Amino acid sequence: MISQLFILSSKGDNLIYKDSSVRGEAGSDVINVFYEKVTALPGDQPPVVMNHGDLHFVHVRQGGLYWVATTTADSSPFSIIEFLNRLASLVKDYCGDLTEKAVQMNFALIYELLDEVVDYGYVQSMSSDVLKNFIQTEAVSPRPFSLFQLSNVGLFGAETQQSKVAPSSAASRPIQSSREQGGKSEIFVDVIERMSVVIGSNGVLMKADVEGEIKVKCYMPNCSEMRIGLNEEFSIGKSQLRGYGAAVRVDEVSFHQAVKLDEFDSSRILRLSPSQGEQTVMQYQLSDVLPSAPPFRLFPTIERDSGGKLLMYLKLRCDLPPKSAAINLCASIPVPKGSVSMSLELSSPDQSAELKLQSRSIEWTIPRFPGGTQLSALFKVEVPGLSPSSLMEVGPMVLNFELPKLTVSGLQVRFLRLSPVQPGPAQRWVRYVTHSDSYILRI
Amino acid sequence: MSSALFSFTLPDAAVVNELYTLLRDPDPVVMVNCLRALEEILKEEGGVAINKPITHHLLNRLKECDVWGQCEVLRVLQRYRPQTEDELFDILSLLDASLVSPHPPVMAATLSLFLGLCSALPAVGLAALERVRAPLLTACGSPSREMRLTALCHIQLLLRSLPGLMGAHYKRFFCGYAEPAYIKQRKMQVLVELVNDDNVAMILDELRGYCTDVNTDTAQAAISAIGGIGRSYSDRCLEILTGLLGLKQEHITSAVVQTMRDLVWVCPQCSDTVCEALEGCEDTLQDSQGRQALLWLLAVYGERVSSAPYTLEVFIDGVRSETSVGVKMELLTTTMRLFLCRPAETQDMLGRLLHYCIEEETDMCVRDQGHLYYRLLHRGIEETQKVLQGRRSDPSLGVLIGRPAEPVSQWACSFNTLDPLKQGPVETEPPSRGSPEHVTFDPKPNTDLSETLDCSQIVKLHSASDRASGCSDSSAEGLASSVAPPLSLSLTPVLSPEEFERLWLQRQDLHTEQDAEKREEEEDCACLVEHIRGPAIAHCSPQSLQAAMQLVNIQTLAFTPPHTLPWRVYLFTHTQHTHSGNAPHSTLIVGELLYTGEANRRVRLVKTGSDDGVLVEGSEEEHVREGGDPTPAGLRESARENGEEEEVKVTLKQQPRDDSALKGFLSILTTVLHTLSSERA
Repeated sequence: MISQLFILSSKGDNLIYKDSSVRGEAGSDVINVFYEKVTALPGDQPPVVMNHGDLHFVHVRQGGLYWVATTTADSSPFSIIEFLNRLASLVKDYCGDLTEKAVQMNFALIYELLDEVVDYGYVQSMSSDVLKNFIQTEAVSPRPFSLFQLSNVGLFGAETQQSKVAPSSAASRPIQSSREQGGKSEIFVDVIERMSVVIGSNGVLMKADVEGEIKVKCYMPNCSEMRIGLNEEFSIGKSQLRGYGAAVRVDEVSFHQAVKLDEFDSSRILRLSPSQGEQTVMQYQLSDVLPSAPPFRLFPTIERDSGGKLLMYLKLRCDLPPKSAAINLCASIPVPKGSVSMSLELSSPDQSAELKLQSRSIEWTIPRFPGGTQLSALFKVEVPGLSPSSLMEVGPMVLNFELPKLTVSGLQVRFLRLSPVQPGPAQRWVRYVTHSDSYILRI
Repeated sequence: MSSALFSFTLPDAAVVNELYTLLRDPDPVVMVNCLRALEEILKEEGGVAINKPITHHLLNRLKECDVWGQCEVLRVLQRYRPQTEDELFDILSLLDASLVSPHPPVMAATLSLFLGLCSALPAVGLAALERVRAPLLTACGSPSREMRLTALCHIQLLLRSLPGLMGAHYKRFFCGYAEPAYIKQRKMQVLVELVNDDNVAMILDELRGYCTDVNTDTAQAAISAIGGIGRSYSDRCLEILTGLLGLKQEHITSAVVQTMRDLVWVCPQCSDTVCEALEGCEDTLQDSQGRQALLWLLAVYGERVSSAPYTLEVFIDGVRSETSVGVKMELLTTTMRLFLCRPAETQDMLGRLLHYCIEEETDMCVRDQGHLYYRLLHRGIEETQKVLQGRRSDPSLGVLIGRPAEPVSQWACSFNTLDPLKQGPVETEPPSRGSPEHVTFDPKPNTDLSETLDCSQIVKLHSASDRASGCSDSSAEGLASSVAPPLSLSLTPVLSPEEFERLWLQRQDLHTEQDAEKREEEEDCACLVEHIRGPAIAHCSPQSLQAAMQLVNIQTLAFTPPHTLPWRVYLFTHTQHTHSGNAPHSTLIVGELLYTGEANRRVRLVKTGSDDGVLVEGSEEEHVREGGDPTPAGLRESARENGEEEEVKVTLKQQPRDDSALKGFLSILTTVLHTLSSERA
């Protein structure tokens, strides 16, 4: 049960406040109490559950905002956190984006949503199918007009290569506008994987976990059923293997409760009637084994030169298939305490690197890193009083990157069929992306 | 649809009836809202009536509700108690699908209900925990970090009852680089619990990587996690810890020294390595916690650290600018203790320190402490030695590392509430700063363990006879009822090893001090030493002993391994029995079984019973380490050579005092031990 609900900006501005307690458990100064508690703590990571007397705050951080509920000690943390997360994604569905500005501009819409979602602190329904009957307010989009959007339009309407690829911002628009004539009837199926990997200093894969999900984002008012076909050789668990080809294997799968699985066992087809907005259709995990080599390997040489400087010669190899590439790669390497300055040599001009004294690390950024290639960097770090044991402080290297059009598990969507057959220009998009949740290369 | 949700000041019978009827509404949202409304309206009467038809109706319609509705229904159903076992199992099998639900709220609510329903069937409860392992692990990898934290905190609860639950999945608890510190710290706490022979190398390697984390809290948590693992794998951990000292970083060195202090208390065999590592740390240490730990270690192992006096000298020279009272107190004690073992090097600086403390110090605590030591020194070196010679930890206590699996009921009530997520001391947490051992023995207990045992017996004779005359009401009542009231033992509330150790040693310390006030405090507790002849239980496997004890609800906390001498077992239980017309009376009994082995000549003292027949005093047996000293005069002694019979010394402490319960417990214990030894034969 939720007594109060509020959304705060990261600076503590009150964006949305709803008091759903009819019993008067708490005064209205809860927001100040909460924000004082948050700011009293060092660092940017306040505990998820805080209490002030009998008042218990549970909060989540989404889109840089605090989503806070006050409740009693015996309520379920799973429910409240799930509720707040779901609320944030509903707001994102309806406003198109999850930023302070979007929430500010759409406060009327959000209050309308809250009125339908919560009654007297009890959650009524959070399904967008139910809610679409009640929500009348139109979303205001904060996105400014941009010339970049025009680049996707072909000359004189001609179909260019580019128009076959949806811009990455295509899916962040409010679901309400689909009722408008102008709104395109579109459906997005996203296969998103998050990978956490630890590679030992000897190059041995020490840990590999992949968490994946298939998300469907639907802007189609009259789609009654869709069928998603997955790889036929998709298998679950260790024992079960299908077919002779390169099997796509995962350890555990769970489905959204609306998914009908009658064709799943025989031909790996998921059937569902999509509701408006975003929903996670399937979640899966793969642990300990990767079907292919881990995407990056590091060959470091770390030494102390005669002048007392720390020399780091790093070779980074990308083992992706040659047609793929990693983008927005950012490597961070911790350096010993007391490092003051750095000189560097990089193998190509588009890379950059700098020494961040605040976080005691070198940030090496590589905008694009094609598969099968190798990059190298030489860093000379000035550390006064460098002792041999300080070399222990170097590493591990952490990589942040994105692998577009690629899933490490190998999961693919074979086909996407909608019924009834959509009249007009219905667009179906399937997108794959793999993020690095935590990619650690020990040195 | 929300019209059902009005709150009323007075329950209106018509409305209530209407709401009960509406529970059968075809719309599940209406059903759930009626349930909520009834809960609120009938709050005074304990909420909506959950009888068999309503329960079955709700269970059958559970599938139609959405996540929130399901949670609500499952929560309300917790009040239902099935009438027969068949019905219970029907309900459990209906709920089985929700137990592995992909939605964490449903999974948690179902498990909570499961545990409530199966409270009488612990095995089923444990099986349910196995079932939720997969969904909980999934929740641990959820994209929402708040959800991850919630799942982690609840996994910590589960591990209290099933320590082996996640052993094979330890890699799931390795920290991600970008995770917030609060998740990393929880994960490390879980990792410490999961260590076994197969994964210890991997886990230590991983934790070693976190020790140099940019976030100092994370780094220190990693170091104390390594210390926690050091209780079972001391060599590997000490290697890592001494390696970390080489980094010469303030926060790391401080955490390492504190961890070593905590570790050395539990694993005295590490002391040599620790003493070597201590050299040169003092330059790096800046914070008061770390310096206190260093001083404590110097006090205890001063004679083995060659540079100890020089280190102290630096501290004493800087005492005027010292701001921390804790450091000053520790410094006084350390200097005193070092003076006892290395007088020539320390005498001068001790004089200076005492002079400063008495003449110049403004803090009362430090000044009083200075006065105390000064007067103590006037009593002569013998007396000082007696008071200050530190109690070294007993190596046989080293087996106190394994926590017994707690029963599920211990934490089931806080499952799926906000409690597990709260900050603050978690029982499963390895001690970080101000470890329980250290806090417990501050001020340091001042006699060696074996001595304590000796003199406690003598003291007890007096105190016991005092008490026998003016014994408290409860024991008098207990004696008056000549027919032994039915006695039952129970394991709850569970006593943690730390708590046990505290109780056990507290009792001993009290006995050593002939202080009138303290005796008053212990008025309501009883001690008993008894010998049980015959059983050769020292050769039993710990498993069978533990199983046998648990059968009669006695919890064994720690063992020495079989076939080692002296062989000890520590145990506890709670007794409960009803005096006629009185409220149930319960007491806590903690005890030790000691078997010193046949190789030693034993002096056995026959117990002396007081007039009213209470077994108050026991016997003394010479301690193995004490050589052949005769036992105190005035007690009848009978020496005997090793016979075929062996005997086990039982020392029991009870709180509050209740002699009949103690007697009852002793007879149960004797029976168990005899049964065990006859099984062996």
